[in-house]
Amino acid sequence: MADQTLNAEGLNCPLPIIKAKKSLKGMAAGETLAITSTDPGSVADFAAFCNQTGNTLLSSNTEGNIYSFEIKKN
Amino acid sequence: MSDDQTGAFENAKSMSIIVTKGSLDWAYPPFILGTTAAAMDLDVTMFFTFYGLPLLNKKLDLKMTTLGNPAMKMPMAGMHMAMPNIIAALPGVDRGATTMMKNLFKKKGVASIEELREAAVESDVRMIACQMTLDLFEMDRKDMIDGIELGGAATYIDVATKSDINLFI
Repeated sequence: MADQTLNAEGLNCPLPIIKAKKSLKGMAAGETLAITSTDPGSVADFAAFCNQTGNTLLSSNTEGNIYSFEIKKN
Repeated sequence: MSDDQTGAFENAKSMSIIVTKGSLDWAYPPFILGTTAAAMDLDVTMFFTFYGLPLLNKKLDLKMTTLGNPAMKMPMAGMHMAMPNIIAALPGVDRGATTMMKNLFKKKGVASIEELREAAVESDVRMIACQMTLDLFEMDRKDMIDGIELGGAATYIDVATKSDINLFI
């Protein structure tokens, strides 16, 4: 189980990223954040976000129209 | 490695954007890119000049026009509708197009400009109002949001020479 969850379903670019950043800000290093989104662009964007911020994208999954991600704060 | 209070600036990259357009549609690219870059730990500066300057007013009343924009095709009843210029020029058409666009943003989960600007303020995006434009259009600093600075071309150039990304929108 992730330490925190974020439901970004129904939100469009760039809100899932901005809300994820907000959640991560309040977390300690090593904690994980689970995110769900309905924005197909978020698949590429969360990978890019983690690449740039140095956080780890532990998983990225697609199930129907729902995209889920798990990010570890570094 | 991770700081902290702000979480910002830890990879020390930076971006500047010159914001020159203040219509409802054109207000989006600079605020989307600015807030996203800030979320990705970049140090972001936005320089508001000419028609971009009113985007710093406390009260935003953004409008758009379809006039002279053949690329704009609004989804409507399963089709895409473009507006001929001769119709776009009629009174009330801009108001209708603005309402349609705002409804579309809401329906598709796109943030409002107010929300994005608030996110920019929260994430410490540096916002500079062009002093010359302020004088030119007789705008009032008191009508603008808190936390902005006043500056001119030299202020922007000073920022731009140190930025990894410089955009003009």
